[in-house]
Amino acid sequence: MFKSHRFRRGATLMLVVSAITFALPAAVPAQAAASCGTVNLADNAWVGYEADLAVVSYVLKNSLGCKVVVKNISEQVSWQGFPTGQVDAILENWGHEDLAAKYITKQKVAVDLGSTGNNGVIGWYVVPWMVAKYPGITNYKNLNKYASLFKTSESGSMGAFLDGDPSYVTNDAAIIKNLKLNYKVIFTGSEAALITSFRTAQAQKKPMIGYFYEPQWFLAEVPLVHVTLPKWTTGCDANPKTVACDYPPYPLNKVASVKFMNSGSPAATVIKNFKWTNADQNSVAKSLAVGKLTDDAAAKIWVDAHPAIVKAWLGK
Amino acid sequence: MATTLLSKPANEPAPVVAKKSKLSFQLSLLTGSFLFFALLLRGIATLPLDTSSLTSFQNWLNSVSDWIGNNRTSNPVFTFFINVIRDFIDTFVTGIQDLISQAVGNNASPLLGWFGIVVMLSYLAYAVANLRIALLVCGGLISLGLLGYWQESMDTLALTLAAVVLALIVGIPLGICAGLFPRFEKIITPALDFAQVMPTFVYLTPVTLFFLIGPASATIVTMVYAIPPALRITAVALHEVPWSSVEAAISMGSTRMQALRKVQLPQAKRTIVVGINQTIMAALSMVTIAALIDAPGLGRVVIRALESLDIGSSFQAGLGIVILAVVLDRTTTAAASKVDAENSHLLDHKHHRQILKIGALLSLIAIIISRIYIWAGNFPGTGVLGHDIATYTDNATNWFQAHFVNVTNAITNAISYGLLNPLQSLLTNSPWFVTGLAFVLLAAILGGRKLALVATFCVLGIVGTGLWSDTMATLASVLVASIATVTIGIVVGVWIGRSKRADQIIRPILDAGQVLPAFVYLVPFLGLFGATRFTAIMAAIVYAAPASIKLMADGIAGIPASISEAGIAAGSSKWQMIIKVQLPSARRAVALSTNQGIIYVLAMVVVGGLVGAGGLGYLVVAGFAQLNLTGKGLAAGLAIVLLGILLDRITQAAAVRSTLQGK
Repeated sequence: MFKSHRFRRGATLMLVVSAITFALPAAVPAQAAASCGTVNLADNAWVGYEADLAVVSYVLKNSLGCKVVVKNISEQVSWQGFPTGQVDAILENWGHEDLAAKYITKQKVAVDLGSTGNNGVIGWYVVPWMVAKYPGITNYKNLNKYASLFKTSESGSMGAFLDGDPSYVTNDAAIIKNLKLNYKVIFTGSEAALITSFRTAQAQKKPMIGYFYEPQWFLAEVPLVHVTLPKWTTGCDANPKTVACDYPPYPLNKVASVKFMNSGSPAATVIKNFKWTNADQNSVAKSLAVGKLTDDAAAKIWVDAHPAIVKAWLGK
Repeated sequence: MATTLLSKPANEPAPVVAKKSKLSFQLSLLTGSFLFFALLLRGIATLPLDTSSLTSFQNWLNSVSDWIGNNRTSNPVFTFFINVIRDFIDTFVTGIQDLISQAVGNNASPLLGWFGIVVMLSYLAYAVANLRIALLVCGGLISLGLLGYWQESMDTLALTLAAVVLALIVGIPLGICAGLFPRFEKIITPALDFAQVMPTFVYLTPVTLFFLIGPASATIVTMVYAIPPALRITAVALHEVPWSSVEAAISMGSTRMQALRKVQLPQAKRTIVVGINQTIMAALSMVTIAALIDAPGLGRVVIRALESLDIGSSFQAGLGIVILAVVLDRTTTAAASKVDAENSHLLDHKHHRQILKIGALLSLIAIIISRIYIWAGNFPGTGVLGHDIATYTDNATNWFQAHFVNVTNAITNAISYGLLNPLQSLLTNSPWFVTGLAFVLLAAILGGRKLALVATFCVLGIVGTGLWSDTMATLASVLVASIATVTIGIVVGVWIGRSKRADQIIRPILDAGQVLPAFVYLVPFLGLFGATRFTAIMAAIVYAAPASIKLMADGIAGIPASISEAGIAAGSSKWQMIIKVQLPSARRAVALSTNQGIIYVLAMVVVGGLVGAGGLGYLVVAGFAQLNLTGKGLAAGLAIVLLGILLDRITQAAAVRSTLQGK
């Protein structure tokens, strides 16, 4: 999960590649509708992805009679599955421009299927209780004033800034340095550690600032507040050493293997058309994470309530 | 990892016994001069490296991994050779899955339904052990179903069995070779250290490149970790057989091969069964990690629950793993002691054989029933017990966190500011050559010139990985965790070594600590201690202390009765007995439990990287997650291995020293 100006250029290229690829199977639609067969979907370990997967598999199974095989693997391993044919599609991809360059541009085994409709926001967040008590804390210019509040046993004389799962390539250390902020990045190493830290900080009214992102189910539990950094402009984050601006907006996309898209499977159409809003994803994610429903039960609630959207995915 | 030391001291050349006072003088001189130079030259040559920067060695590792990835699909040697292995393992695992966990074809259940499995395995437990164990197996298996995870448990069992069988097929013959040919053992030992200490995260991605995503990769990852104990303990087993009995056989006209088959192997059988036990435990401890590359079973439930910080569900699945471990452990341990009994012909064979025949018949009937009736095929119900346990765990954790968080925060801060921060700043600010030289001299004092050479190799190797500074940061946490582990190990070990009843109560808790996946308790620990190095230290203690305690307790319990009686006769009080008599007699156990404590702590370095400890653990995790950091993750894995070998060999030498002094 990461971002850079190159991503956009890459995305345009991917669109061209995918447009060319799609032209081929379109010629034989009658044959395609005949049977669905098996669809191999990657399952990356975060709840938002789980929500996408729940709904897409539910539709594939119940409307098309596909056999859905779910592979529980990390993001990098998921991309490895394209050339070997072990993974047909990734349903929510956060950037990964190095993998995109390797598998889409160079090896040409994968294609970008465009946006999921979900817009990722990446940035700096503070726990909500601090906002009322410490005016101006949501502006980076005031952060040095409050740095001593964030001091912990891990951060020495500086304020602690918490980063999460290393899958998300962050610019935080560089941003802190280039904005001359008196903070030290603490690598918590996992999403679980990051969320637990925010959760306990809010519950105990302890100060905390860190990296976070939307859409994320946890924001429904604790509405973290976004900190304003210097506005992102094209190219401001081109050099990872000198970056001193916010993260760019992040359109989440779907990626599929070329082989799968050319197979004529009707499932390919559904995955290509799959698109919904952050609110949609959050509602399913909440059923999963907070309501503890099974994938199918959570998906059924949403699918039953949104027949028109599902119909559009099916291309009807 | 439990066997790193077990095999060594026996064939270690005995160093010259130094007078105790001379040794402690040398050690305090070394400590003093290290502190002096470390503080005098602080900040010089500390070799720091930014988290996002890479050295040329790390970049080279990156390109190696890239090369493998690019050639996996094109190079015919790769594809042919590896595909054959992959297909074989895949078929083997799915075969076992079809048998016990996955529905086959149009059937609703696997070939053996739960009822058949419970009866059959209980019967097998009776056959290899005894009735008590059979009842334990029966109760354990049924409780897996009541937890609501029958199928997941059977998937885990299938994968574990497959990995264990394959690990034994590879490990036992190699272990026999190692037992017979000391030179082969010498060559293979570093490879075993490597396999056991190298964090699994490091090779998770390369393995899926080679063997693709699926059961084969998961099995291979598990095997890498499970083969070393099988191999090592088999070698130890052969060493233990007195050479005189082999000579006797040969003098009576046996060939070397016959002596092996007729004399050495039968006598080594019991220890080899202990090796099988350790192999099973090692395989089970990989369940959660393997789930990261699509291994089916309980590990997947744990990982999934972690996404939404669902402590209850992950504990529920973790409990399933613990139950499986206890069942398998007790069965193999009992089987090992029965091997003893059989060797001494204590059993009434005729009577026994009759019961076995009846049991076999009953199992067959149960299997047939489980294939006919739905109730006997798929475990009925949705795991009512499991749901209660999950809710109860959630409530208990929330209550504890709400009431004790101030206390735990205070502890975190006290240890961090009082001990960890000064130690870490000492180690990370000291020039690499000062700390490195201190290690080499320590090795020289404890183990002579040969050990000093090993230490030099390790120190230079760590510098070569480019991660000296991170290694020192990790070492600080490892040392603090080890001190705590060893203290707990000695205190609790003495307690349960002296009291049979305490042993009975504590031992299941120790088993749980060893096999409960760390992922289960990370979230509650994070809630209590924050994303800090201290959380990592706590996790390491939970995992490492049980091994330390068990070894200590075995040592205390193994003190000959005559020694204790002499102490009592001399009028010693309870504390005098412990301090003056039992601890000195169990010197070797103290050393052993220290060594194993440290090695187990090292195994948790990567888990520490997941909870905010930074250092080498974080780099390994980052290497798993990011393509361009793969090389750095590999380098961090190497640094962990080198640090592990360094600490292991030094504590081993200390162990040998103290054993000799005790005499």
